[in-house]
Amino acid sequence: MTDLPLPTRRIPGPLLALRNILTFLIRQPTSAFGLIVLAVLILTAIFAPLIATHDPYVQDLNNVLQAPGNGHLFGTDELGRDIFSRLVWGARITLTIIFLVTIVVGPLGLLVGTTSGYFGGRFDTVMMRITDIFLSFPSLILSLAFVAALGPSLNNAIIAIGLTSWPPIARLARAETMTFRKADYIAAARLQGASPMRIILKSIVPMCLPSVMIRLTLNMATVILTAAGLGFLGLGAQPPLPEWGAMIATGRRYMIDSWWLVTFPGLAILTVSLAFNLLGDGLRDALDPKQMNRR
Amino acid sequence: MLTEYPRLRSVLGQATTIAITLLGLLLLTFIIGRMMPADPVRAIVGEDASRETYEQVFNQLGLDRPVWEQFLRYLGDVFSGDFGTSIRTGQPVINDILHVMPATIELATLAILIGAGLGVPLGVIAAVNKDRWPDHVVRVFSLFGHSMPIFWTGMIALIIFYAKLGWVGGSGRMSQFYIGMVPDRTGFLLIDSLLAGQMDVFWSAINHLILPAALLGYSSSAYITRMTRSFMLDQLGQEYMTTARVKGLSKRQTIWHHAFGNIKVQLVTIVALAYGGLLEGAVLIETVFGWPGFGQYLTNNLIIGDMNAVMTCVLIVGVIFIALNLLSDLLYRVFDPRTK
Amino acid sequence: MDPILDVQNLAIRYAGSPVDAVRGVSFTLGRERLGIVGESGSGKSTVGRALLKLLPGAKISADRIRFEDLDLLAQSEAEMLKIRGRRMSMILQDPKFSLNPIHRVGDQVAETYLRHFPASRAVAKAKTLEMLEAVKIRDPERVHDLYPHKISGGMGQRVMIAMMLLADPDLVIADEPTSALDVTVRLQVLNILDGLVRDRGIGLIMISHDLNLVRNFCDRVLIMYAGRVVETLNAAEMDRAQHPYTRGLLAAQPRIGGGRQPLAVLDRRPEWKEEAVL
Repeated sequence: MTDLPLPTRRIPGPLLALRNILTFLIRQPTSAFGLIVLAVLILTAIFAPLIATHDPYVQDLNNVLQAPGNGHLFGTDELGRDIFSRLVWGARITLTIIFLVTIVVGPLGLLVGTTSGYFGGRFDTVMMRITDIFLSFPSLILSLAFVAALGPSLNNAIIAIGLTSWPPIARLARAETMTFRKADYIAAARLQGASPMRIILKSIVPMCLPSVMIRLTLNMATVILTAAGLGFLGLGAQPPLPEWGAMIATGRRYMIDSWWLVTFPGLAILTVSLAFNLLGDGLRDALDPKQMNRR
Repeated sequence: MLTEYPRLRSVLGQATTIAITLLGLLLLTFIIGRMMPADPVRAIVGEDASRETYEQVFNQLGLDRPVWEQFLRYLGDVFSGDFGTSIRTGQPVINDILHVMPATIELATLAILIGAGLGVPLGVIAAVNKDRWPDHVVRVFSLFGHSMPIFWTGMIALIIFYAKLGWVGGSGRMSQFYIGMVPDRTGFLLIDSLLAGQMDVFWSAINHLILPAALLGYSSSAYITRMTRSFMLDQLGQEYMTTARVKGLSKRQTIWHHAFGNIKVQLVTIVALAYGGLLEGAVLIETVFGWPGFGQYLTNNLIIGDMNAVMTCVLIVGVIFIALNLLSDLLYRVFDPRTK
Repeated sequence: MDPILDVQNLAIRYAGSPVDAVRGVSFTLGRERLGIVGESGSGKSTVGRALLKLLPGAKISADRIRFEDLDLLAQSEAEMLKIRGRRMSMILQDPKFSLNPIHRVGDQVAETYLRHFPASRAVAKAKTLEMLEAVKIRDPERVHDLYPHKISGGMGQRVMIAMMLLADPDLVIADEPTSALDVTVRLQVLNILDGLVRDRGIGLIMISHDLNLVRNFCDRVLIMYAGRVVETLNAAEMDRAQHPYTRGLLAAQPRIGGGRQPLAVLDRRPEWKEEAVL
């Protein structure tokens, strides 16, 4: 054993897998587009103060509803605010929504899925019934109901979306758990006297994590559209926040004469959600073993 | 009798499942209704009511009772068909909803026809040309439909096709001019106008319906396309496809008569589920197009905080979803020879 | 005797593959039964499908593929549609997969007839019932209306035979026709096929990995290895095989009453892929 030449720098397994997946994604034009848009979105959100040409909240009532050009790349809105700068700052809101929904949905779905998959029996039946009940509503309508009850605000919209989008994750985590539950190393851990909580956290959750992450990516497009829809209905982000859906809602009154008010925020939503969809599609291909073999 | 036994058991099992799901649905709407921070008593008695009036209404609503008792009462009300009255119209909520439902059904039905009419052939084309350019084109086209914020696309389409080109009608179900000209028999404007022999109204209705329905259909076609493609791919690799070719059938005949025949049942179930999904898009598109349907009713009441109306809407959507699930399951059993 | 089929120097290359899957295959077939034997991957099924031109994307080349009065290589797809099923057909391996699960058995058989003859459905049905009877299905009326999942494997394969012989072809390719069946019904199905082929004077190509079976049911045998024909033999003279691969195959057959020492392990030498044995 000792005389085996040790590799000088070994890349750990998961990182290597990640690199392979990224290489695969970047090779496909469609998923490469998704990756690039996502990168641009993140950079825009981080450097928003540097990229934005104007303050997104400063009104200029002498300069309302200006067409694109003339110092305002995408024109100005009904209060004379620069639309481009508002879009740039809006990227931060979009990312916040994605981030917060992920940290609500991921753990919640994992918790429900792994525990019901691990314990099985009556507990499983009850949990899956509850999941089914949540699944029997279209997510936007259930989010609407939650927001209606909690009161309209960006945070409540995020909570509502989180509360409605965990069931598919739970289903997935449960299915994965069922396949691991019978594995020898789980039995070994149990024989060592590890508590169920410890087994789930240390052995099962890490195994489910990759597929859950993929599923979360696939859901992002829906999350973005739902959040924008809530913003549009006036139930999400409230003015003067530069949330893209809310911008469309206020621009609606002026849309016939000032098309730029609704066009640019809409394009932003479309681009980001398309990017996530393309990325998700690519990820599904990248992780489908049948497809990989054929290459 | 003995052969009937397993079937009977599965029917009973399914009935129990549905009953439990329904109960859960009601519990969920009850909880959401209770969760709201707005005070339901204040909503009725107003801001400056006396303490006595407040207490009286509070007790009248049963809010002094334990929560489980309130839930049972809610159940009782729902099962006797009492969903409360709307604050805005003073009518029983359920009457209001039944009144607006036909407009949405009309919209959703045309939309699903467009969605399936688009999605199914595209899915087949994509599957037959897997990994070649038609497959990629179809994939991008359908992902595009899946990615667009439908309220925004609706506005852009209105600007282009209504305001600029004048090809279609604008808001509402028909031109202002025709409102009230057709007696309301079924609530379905297309049917009512035909019954009344008013072709002008009929065409006006079509004119107003086509744009929102096309957009809804396009957005739902993404899901139908993807499922059709994957169902077809499963079939195209099957050995019976070779058999059909050996018999002398052309590629096109084998695809449509043999492979497509095998996915019809699966497709019906998918389309039924997609129909339920349309309700979601309807909420947004009806707002944009001023469509006096279920979606607009829901959003209007959301904004004024009429919880009776909102919760009943949510409940109805849930019930429709369960019903569609059940229906697709049933269709599967009836039409697939393998399950006989 | 005019040969039904004359194949000279056939080569087949799958799309995206750098090498030929099948090379230099030549044989002629009269109104006889020809066996093609080889292990999996030897290219025997590929040859069968190439004759029907049912290898999407694959490139087929040959000095000559003559089928009766036709040059098969020159036939367009439209012309092939008239040949497949009518003049040349193929029996596939497993009726569980080769019958369409949602069509009634009888309708699937009748489709062959309706495809090639201008006949009414009633005529096609009568022909179908007649054919089902010819493949020794006892209650053709009943079987006609069944779905494939309701019939046994042996019956399914007889339905398959009926379907492929209904339009009275001159050449039938049987691709492992019995390997998916229970051992008990194999012989029965083979006898039915054999009887029909003899009575109607059809040329049969039987593709199989089972040397014993082919030896008993065929007149001549082609031994394939790695895409090449290594030896051609009369079935009766199998014991006079020259090529070491054929000898290896024969030696690897267990025999009732034979010695109890371990069976010989098949020897595979890379040079057999190269040398042409004629």
